Amino acid sequence: MMDQLIFASEVLVNGLMTGVMYSLVALGFVLIYKASGVFNYAQGVMALFAALTLVGIQQGQVPFAHLINAMFGTHLEHFGWTVPSVLAILLTAVVMIGLAWLIEKLVLQHLVGQEPIILFMATIGLAYFLEGFGDVMWGADIKTLDVGLPQGISDTVEATTAEWFGYGYFIDRLDIWATIIAAILVAALVAFSQYTKQGRAMRAVADDHQAALSVGISLQFIWIMVWSIAGFVALVAGIMWGTKSGVQFSLSLIALKALPVLMLGGFTSIPGAIVGGLIVGVGEKLFEFFIGPLVGGATENWFAYVLALLFLVFRPQGLFGEKIIERV
Amino acid sequence: MLYREAGDFKTGYRSDGQTFPIRLDRWGYYALVAVAFLVVPFLINDYWANAVLVPFLIYAIAALGLNILTGYAGQVSLGTGGFMAVGAYAVYKLMTAFPDVSIVIHILLAGGITAIVGMLFGLPSLRIKGFYLAVATLAAQFFLVWLFNKVPWFYNYSASGQITAPERTVLGMAVTGPATSAPAKYLICLCFAFVLAWIARNLTRGMLGRKWMAIRDMDIAAEIIGVNPLTAKLSAFAVSSFFVGIAGALLFSVYLGAAEVGEAFGINKSFLILFMIIIGGLGSIFGSFAGAAFMVLLPVLLKNVLVGGLGWPTDLAAHIELMIVGVLIIAFLIVEPHGLARLWALAKEKLRLWPFPH
Repeated sequence: MMDQLIFASEVLVNGLMTGVMYSLVALGFVLIYKASGVFNYAQGVMALFAALTLVGIQQGQVPFAHLINAMFGTHLEHFGWTVPSVLAILLTAVVMIGLAWLIEKLVLQHLVGQEPIILFMATIGLAYFLEGFGDVMWGADIKTLDVGLPQGISDTVEATTAEWFGYGYFIDRLDIWATIIAAILVAALVAFSQYTKQGRAMRAVADDHQAALSVGISLQFIWIMVWSIAGFVALVAGIMWGTKSGVQFSLSLIALKALPVLMLGGFTSIPGAIVGGLIVGVGEKLFEFFIGPLVGGATENWFAYVLALLFLVFRPQGLFGEKIIERV
Repeated sequence: MLYREAGDFKTGYRSDGQTFPIRLDRWGYYALVAVAFLVVPFLINDYWANAVLVPFLIYAIAALGLNILTGYAGQVSLGTGGFMAVGAYAVYKLMTAFPDVSIVIHILLAGGITAIVGMLFGLPSLRIKGFYLAVATLAAQFFLVWLFNKVPWFYNYSASGQITAPERTVLGMAVTGPATSAPAKYLICLCFAFVLAWIARNLTRGMLGRKWMAIRDMDIAAEIIGVNPLTAKLSAFAVSSFFVGIAGALLFSVYLGAAEVGEAFGINKSFLILFMIIIGGLGSIFGSFAGAAFMVLLPVLLKNVLVGGLGWPTDLAAHIELMIVGVLIIAFLIVEPHGLARLWALAKEKLRLWPFPH
């Protein structure tokens, strides 16, 4: 019994760590949703795209090599240089800002004032486009991403817990780092939105587009800024998940995991994204641990959704979401 | 020049309210149906059946179903793939459990079972709306796919975890199984598509359809004028799932012959059907067909041009297809939110006035 409990507590801790990773992706959603009312389905693909770009720049890949090779019969692969991680991350951030600018110019600008569901479908289209574009640009093969984050089982944690409980916890060092980075990121985002001029403008836009426009805030600038920040969050998430499980198509599917997180936490709340992520992370790990063996396993695929679905029936706006008031 | 309604007078409400009020349209429709039923089956070969016509008809049925839910009743669903899987597995269980009953009845029953499942997953729509609901329907998608993967009863404990359609006949012709001829496949799908489209058209212009549209346009206002949101939403989910279930049953039994749930009915299928109705036109029967035709033909065309014509590698062509689909979705949403159906209607408007537009 004691063994079971300790084991369950390890599962719990691992669930918390996974939850943090989900929260990272969910954060990007919340930011965009808060500032522009757009539910950005493409957030996961943005993470994939950012990770692909990062690896591409790091390893000096030729962009569009496949396409050029197919068109002109050449055999381009690499430029033959490698870029240091920090510089590559900076360059990728620049690419993500450029992407945000393009999305604003080419897509969002033309869809101002449309129904939210139309915008949502537009971002599904965007997700498809980015997925194809990323693959054409950098190739679709599975890549390993290494920016120097520590990986593997943490010996310190194992030794300490072994001393305390007589049982060593297995915790990936990457997860610990992800937690720290996520905490810093959230603190930075909160500080940004509370204490800077741009952050205030962002909150103003989130509250009321019209009113924000009338006091001289440029909607366009705010949207580009918000999408850039979301792109940066996607980059961070992409680095974490890419380091953890390789850069490949399934990376974009973590967006699908972030959706129930959002539904639980409420679409408009940054703390909601964090708490929702933790609940989903812990919940699905524990469910898989206790119930999974009884029903054949792999319950992680749907548990979060069913949980969110049941939860929404009782509280449609999520844990921290704003109450939806409708008037005719 | 030909397209005129001059001299095409109506003398009663019946003739004024018909689906094709313009004579030329009506004759065009009759001609199309006649060609589809009487000419195409004699010309069709395996390539045309398998690459174009059969998937087109099946996806058109699924698109009709989703269009009823999303286009007419305004409830966005991303669970279409899961509901298609319900239809496929239902028809498989029925086919193997009751081999003597006609496959047509089995397919209809599969639709009925899917309707019940769809209604169950539609229940939350009473509390949650918009993209909260869209995301909630993903629960159906993932849960159903997992269920069919994990419970061996659904695939009759077969070693591969796949379901394989046994041979069944209609009027002495094999319509499922490996011995099926191209015309037989085509004809059974055509019959279902024709009848279902006819039902959908008439449902959507009757009382039920008007209730759905009232809910779509503004649910609270609809409630105030006496539309019961419970029955309207659940009936939309039921009818829609019925169509989608039949599409899934046909896709598995007639078209694919064997299916593995994660591959054949994954989330991508949900998006594919959603794209069909966005590109074709939300809230339009013609749009469902146009969108299905478009999304079935696009990959065939791209494959022929990029891989066959230019000799590019297949994976590159697949990625470019993703890009094109993405751009098209966005472009349609920006330029013509009502899709191909609206473009077609516009073309007809213009032709009616041509050559004197003012």
